[in-house]
Amino acid sequence: MPTPPPSGPVYLARASYRQRRLRDVARMLPLAGAVLWLLPVLYIAPSTGVVGLYVFGVWFVLTLIAAVIAGKLDHTNDAEKGSVDTDDGV
Amino acid sequence: MSFNLLIFVSLCYVAFLFLVAFWAERRAYANGARWLRGPFVYTLSLSIYCTAWTFYGAVGYAARSGIEFVTIYLGPTLVMVGWWWILRRLVRIGRAQRITSIADLISSRFGKSTSLGVIVTILSVVAATPYIALQLQSVTQSFAVFATSGGQVWERPDFLRAAAWIAVGLAIFTVIFGTRSLDANERHSGIVIAIAVEAVVKLVALLAVGAFVVWGLAGGPGEVLAQIESSPISSFETPGGRWAALIFLSAAAFLCLPRMFQVLVVENSDERNLQTASWAFPLYLIAVSLFVLPIAVVGLERMPVGSNPDLFVLTLPLAEDQGELAVLAFLGGFSSATSMVIVSTIAVATMVSNHIVAPIWLNTGTQGASMSGDVRRVIVRARRVSIAGILALGYLYFRFSGGGAALAAIGLISFSGAVQILPAMLGGIFWRGATRVGARLGLFAGFVVWLYTLFLPSFGAEAVMSQAMLDNGPFGIEWLRPQALFGLVGMDPLVHGLLWSMLLNTAFFFIGSAMSFPRPLERFQGAQFVNVFAMSTDAKAWSGSAAPAEDLLIMAQRILGGREAQTLFQRAAQEQGKTGYLPDVTPDFIVRLERELAGSVGAATAHAMIGQLTEGAAISVEDLIAVADEAAQILEYSSKLEAKSAEQDITARALRAANEKLTALSIQKDAFLSQISHELRTPMTSIRSFSEILRDMDMNADDHRHYAGIIHDESLRLTRLLDDLLDLSVLENGQVTLHEQSGQLSDLIDRAIGVSGVQGSPLKIVRDKGREKVALHTDLDRLVQVFVNVIVNAQKYCKADPPQLRIQAHRFNGHDVVDFIDNGEGIAASSQGMIFEKFARLEDDGKAGGAGLGLAICKQIMDRLGGDITYLPGKSGAAFRLTLPPAAAKPQTSELLATQ
Repeated sequence: MPTPPPSGPVYLARASYRQRRLRDVARMLPLAGAVLWLLPVLYIAPSTGVVGLYVFGVWFVLTLIAAVIAGKLDHTNDAEKGSVDTDDGV
Repeated sequence: MSFNLLIFVSLCYVAFLFLVAFWAERRAYANGARWLRGPFVYTLSLSIYCTAWTFYGAVGYAARSGIEFVTIYLGPTLVMVGWWWILRRLVRIGRAQRITSIADLISSRFGKSTSLGVIVTILSVVAATPYIALQLQSVTQSFAVFATSGGQVWERPDFLRAAAWIAVGLAIFTVIFGTRSLDANERHSGIVIAIAVEAVVKLVALLAVGAFVVWGLAGGPGEVLAQIESSPISSFETPGGRWAALIFLSAAAFLCLPRMFQVLVVENSDERNLQTASWAFPLYLIAVSLFVLPIAVVGLERMPVGSNPDLFVLTLPLAEDQGELAVLAFLGGFSSATSMVIVSTIAVATMVSNHIVAPIWLNTGTQGASMSGDVRRVIVRARRVSIAGILALGYLYFRFSGGGAALAAIGLISFSGAVQILPAMLGGIFWRGATRVGARLGLFAGFVVWLYTLFLPSFGAEAVMSQAMLDNGPFGIEWLRPQALFGLVGMDPLVHGLLWSMLLNTAFFFIGSAMSFPRPLERFQGAQFVNVFAMSTDAKAWSGSAAPAEDLLIMAQRILGGREAQTLFQRAAQEQGKTGYLPDVTPDFIVRLERELAGSVGAATAHAMIGQLTEGAAISVEDLIAVADEAAQILEYSSKLEAKSAEQDITARALRAANEKLTALSIQKDAFLSQISHELRTPMTSIRSFSEILRDMDMNADDHRHYAGIIHDESLRLTRLLDDLLDLSVLENGQVTLHEQSGQLSDLIDRAIGVSGVQGSPLKIVRDKGREKVALHTDLDRLVQVFVNVIVNAQKYCKADPPQLRIQAHRFNGHDVVDFIDNGEGIAASSQGMIFEKFARLEDDGKAGGAGLGLAICKQIMDRLGGDITYLPGKSGAAFRLTLPPAAAKPQTSELLATQ
């Protein structure tokens, strides 16, 4: 059985490499946010003020990172090809 | 601040919104003002997530449960910053498939199923109604606050009257701006701008009240923090499960609420807007929630005990005699309520008209899609009636639920109803195996469990369910208790209901999908949805439709309107190179038309209508396999091309090699002809000259003998040359007869060495006789002839001092071979391909004494004997490998060979 042709290049130029990693960060961001925001429940009755400051702090940093990524992420067709999900059969 | 002045201000505000909406519609119509469709208007329009429940209720929530209120905003933040996962895909699908609502998304994904559209629509109506009632309640309550401060005391009829007026006003606004165009993709510019303005108003109002509370009342952020620490809500006591469940719930609701789907996906005009909103909307949410806790804490401290914390945003400024601030806060709350109700109503009305009214109308219409009345008018009218109907439902709910606390609790319950769509939605866009059966089962199970554990108990004991049933379960079945299902007691009721409904929903969805087999159209749509980034938007569908173009045009005119339909048809005809309005009904055209219609009436209805005209030319599995996976086809095609070009490369290389060989052969042939004429001429000239001398001159006997000897030698040389030529010709034509005998290899080599006359010459022969004990059965004379030729060649051409020839017999690859290797210069690589050709002479001097036929004859002989002779490169000198004929080989006759 012949091996299927590779769907894309294996190694990328610096700029496209950077784009891929930016997309990785964009994907990780909500997961990181969820984990960070679930941390307070592990403590026993912390004060509302501290939790509030913590939650808002995380919130702000998350938004900031999202803004930086949104500014740099190339939202063209070329950038999307890498994220195409493979078909799992008809 | 008199109550009448407040009424006047609100009316002015509403008039202002009308003007803004009108202006925006006109600008959009004139194709001006790109910023109307820009990322910031888009972000602001998302703020309908923050309803009056947020505006007033969040403070009340914080006053009761502390920081827990913030979970409602954390979920949407996660969804927005994670836009790359889900939203990007949803928006792309929405645009590619011209999705009109979340019901349309589900219906379209699962084979344009009407029944799924109906289920999602009903679910949405049931979940949205209490929420709309909640908005009516908060607006009437805020009116009542002002009335009370003006000295009036509002009774229940006053509340109901106010709510009725608000509902009517909202219905008018929504009908005017929400049903102007039928096509979802034309979008509601007026409404989007109006809610963007309202988003700014409510943010400014909340920030203004917050700033007043923090710096005006509390005396700075430090003091506020200190107050929080000393307040009744100073410690974080939310159970972990509830905290996590609320974050999940709000994230899921953000995706599934019909109104959020409307602004996120349907009203999205540019995917790049999403990129900006991914950080701008979380920023908006931070700003909205920043002052909630301070307002709650300061309100708890300053307001009299027992005052409603849900209204602190309004009552705090009023109590501090800040009339203008209070009016601003009122407008903020008003904005929150109205924008939510407007969008929510449009979204749900679109679902009702497309998924309930249109199918019913299609089924009752006796004459079919092309003959019946004006569909466009029917749909628009249905949408208007639905808007009024939904607002009426909200009002009735408000009226009969009696308002108050029961209603306040409904927010989260309404959320958990809407999120029952989540498994089908995510499954639909990420998993090709999701089927209609699974989606139906999951939605149904989730909906039922939600009704049983959350929605019905929310009316309070004795309202729908008796206290006994809540305590002991139906008919005393303990494990069916609505708030302790399957014996899960001691859990927060909301978390309990959410857990069971989502678990069962997902389980049924998965099992139903895995166990069932999808119809072809489902599979087709599934591939289109899941591979939306790989598919072009116009993947081919099926062929074999027989609908006349004219019928299609008549139907399209009734849905899209005359001008739009004609433009569409004309353009299609032009693209096919035809004039006039009627294009050929190709599959491409049908798909395009269906998409256009789907943008107006939803995928299921559009599909059904086209289906009626194309006489049920349904998609078959064969069609599906032929056209389904465009991406795969392209991939296959390109890999085929690659293979083909590789093949062509190989052919071209072979052709080039052949060409080189031919050119070389042609040169060789010319060389041979001159050579052969030279070879023939030289002895002939000698013979002629010397015979003339003998004839004409007198000479002594010695001279006579000498000249006769020369003539004899020369004629021998001629004979040899002619013999060789004859031999080769015979061999090549296959006319040779082989005389097979048995013999020993070493004897043959002895014979060859003897015949070749190398004994006494300087050439030294190195042999290992022990390895030459190979029995042979073949034409031994011919084989010896080959050996002689090779040995003589070495003798002639090996210029080493002293020359040496090694003869090695061994087995190689299952054959007996004999290598003849000398220690001379060998043969240049460029000539190795040529040496077995006829007339090949590597050096054009006549030193060899032959005409270059020796190796060609050897090659022919070995072929006839069933062996082979090859040049062995990589040795120090010239090396030939003779592959001996297999000992057990069948005797090959010349007749057999001749036929080959």
